[in-house]
This record gives sequence, C-alpha cells and structure tokens, in this order.
Amino acid sequence: MASPRPRTYAEAREVSSSNSELGWWVFMRISGLLLVFLVFGHLWTNNIVIDPATIDYDYVASRLAQPGVRIYDTFLLFFAMLHGVNGLRYSIEDYTKRPGRRFWYKILLYTVSAIIFVLGTMTLWAFTYQEMGDAVRAIGATQ
Amino acid sequence: MEPNEAQESIEATEPNELIETVDIVVKIKRFDPDADSRSYWAEYTLTARPSDRVLDVMHHIKWEVDGSLAFRRSCAHGICGSDAMLINGVNRLACKVLVKDLGSKIVIEPIRGLEVKKDLIVDMDSFFESYKAVLPYMINDEAPPAAERLQSPEERARFDETTKCILCAACTTSCPVFWTNGSYIGPAAIVNAHRFIFDSRDKGTAQRLDVMNAGNGLWRCRTAYNCTEACPRDIPVTRAIEEVRRAMLFRGA
Repeated sequence: MASPRPRTYAEAREVSSSNSELGWWVFMRISGLLLVFLVFGHLWTNNIVIDPATIDYDYVASRLAQPGVRIYDTFLLFFAMLHGVNGLRYSIEDYTKRPGRRFWYKILLYTVSAIIFVLGTMTLWAFTYQEMGDAVRAIGATQ
Repeated sequence: MEPNEAQESIEATEPNELIETVDIVVKIKRFDPDADSRSYWAEYTLTARPSDRVLDVMHHIKWEVDGSLAFRRSCAHGICGSDAMLINGVNRLACKVLVKDLGSKIVIEPIRGLEVKKDLIVDMDSFFESYKAVLPYMINDEAPPAAERLQSPEERARFDETTKCILCAACTTSCPVFWTNGSYIGPAAIVNAHRFIFDSRDKGTAQRLDVMNAGNGLWRCRTAYNCTEACPRDIPVTRAIEEVRRAMLFRGA
C-alpha cells in the first residue's frame, strides 16, 4: 500500500513536485468563465427562445442534426465534465484522509466520468436523428 | 461641609461603585495529557470589567481560580503572536479582544489543526516548518553597494501589508484545507513568501516559487477567505496568495 500520508510540509515536499496543479488552476479559471456563457446560452436557447413544453423528439432531432449545435453541446459537455471532475478531485484530495481510500475514490470518479463523457459524445455524434425519427414514425404507422 | 457629607463622599468613591463590572461565564476547552484521555469543557463564573481583554480574564482564572490552566505567555500587546485562540468561534488574539465585544458568555478553544499539547497550547512545529520552507529571509548574492540597497517608497509599498505578519497562526489554523490536510503549506507561509517575492531588493523568488509549486503548496488554496477574516493584523491574506499565484503563472514571461 502507499506510504503513510505526510503530515508535515517537509514530508510532503519530498513526495511531490510538478507544474500540473498550476495548469489545473488556470484551467479552472478559464473553464469556469467559459461555462458561465455556455450554460446560460444553453438555458436561453432551450427555455426562453422556445417554450420548453413544446419540445418533442422531432424538435430535438432537428436541432441535433445541425453541426453547430453538436459542436456547442460538445464544448458544454467537455468543459462541464472536466471542471466538475477536477473540482471533485480537489474535494477528495482535501477530505479523504486515508491514502488507500483516496486512490479508490479517484479511480471510481475517473471511471464514472469517462463513461459519462463517452456516452455523451456518442449521443451527440454517433446518430443521425432525423432518420431515426422517420424510422420510429414508420414503425408507429405500420402498427 | 458637615462631617456627615464628607463621610458619604468617601464611600461614593469606593472602587466597586465607580468601576462597572459584569458577570461572565467562561468555557475553556481543556486537556491535560497526563490526566485526561480526551479534552473536556471547564466552566468558570467570574466578574470582569467590560474593558478587560480576554487575556486578563484568563490571567484572573490562572492566578486566582485554577493555576493548572495552561496557555502561552504573551506580550499582551498584539505583537508577539503567542496568544491566538479560537474565541467564540473566531480565531483571535486573546490580548486584542475585549469582554464587552463578546457578551456574557465566552468560549475559548485552542486553535485548530495543530496537535494540542496542553489546554490552549498547541504544537507549532509543523507551522514553523512551513514558514522556514519558504526561505523567509533576504536572498541577494550581488555585491552590496557602498551604502545600502536603495528602494523607492513605491517599491516598499508593494509588500507593505505582508510585513505586518506576527506568525500567530490564526490564518493557517482557520483554513479548512489545513484542518483536513496538515501538510498544506498554509496561508501564513505564503504571506511571508509574498513579503520577499515582491521586495525589489530580493533575488530569491525562483527558489521560493519552486517550494510553493509542490503538491501541498500554493495550489491547495481553495479561496475560502477564512484566513483574511482571521488575521488580527488585517493583512489581506487571500489577495496575497492570489498575487503569488500570478507571480508563479507569469514568471519568466
């Protein structure tokens, strides 16, 4: 198992050094700012420009057929996931005391996030929604 | 003047009638490593003047009520930094907070995140270890000029706030990251690094930034602002941390 968790700064200094935390700190600032615009843009287009009650499969399909919407949503997915996962990583590192537990919590976090990220990307890019909608309607018509 | 009146005026000047006093209850979290397996609350009921400092109240308890109460001897003038305590839930210096500002109930605990040695005395070794790690002294290998290394008033003002630190540990022990992770370098060390990083006469910036770039250095700060609120010297601690981060981000640029 991992060595005992360092309790003083001198001990901690011996076990780590890299510029990655600087990079993550900068990323959190930039992605946080971008997310303000991305999230409010998303809210605007889905709740204010149109009445949310009128959203149905056809509307979603026609929107996701546009490459611009797909790119926008991919950015939203990418930044929201990385920003959120890194924030959770901070919390785990701050509040989980046992090194073993800390390691497994992070493994769990990364696994779940990777699955969500892959599923999200597939949902955005792997289907042609207009054709699927037509197919679903065709099945409905034959019954 | 008749004799009777003179008698009355003497009575009126007796101390008890001139000096306003209040009854207070002081709760202190106590721990004696030789006798107790865990800390406990001790309660003292006493009379104090509203203008008394908490330190005066504690001296009263130690000298006249219970001599076993342990806390560090301090200069009592807010300079030595030895009497930082958690008073009514806020890290403060016992010598700077008055009874009248706390009400009739005063709760005193040792500062958090450091091992309690006895009562209000905590082990400060790891705190000073972090302080030493940022090389808190001037580094300049250049040959000194004939007289002195000159500095303009503007250059001096750049780091004026962080020269005020008295190393009382009120900031570091109010930090939620430090509570859960004692290996975090802590705001006090960063403040003292700031004092030299932004000193125009100092040349050791690169070494200090390297120290603070490590895993438990500067980047652990989550900008909770507890340190800024706790500082008895009114140092804008969080802003100092942010300035050091920017220095690190743009160094060499």
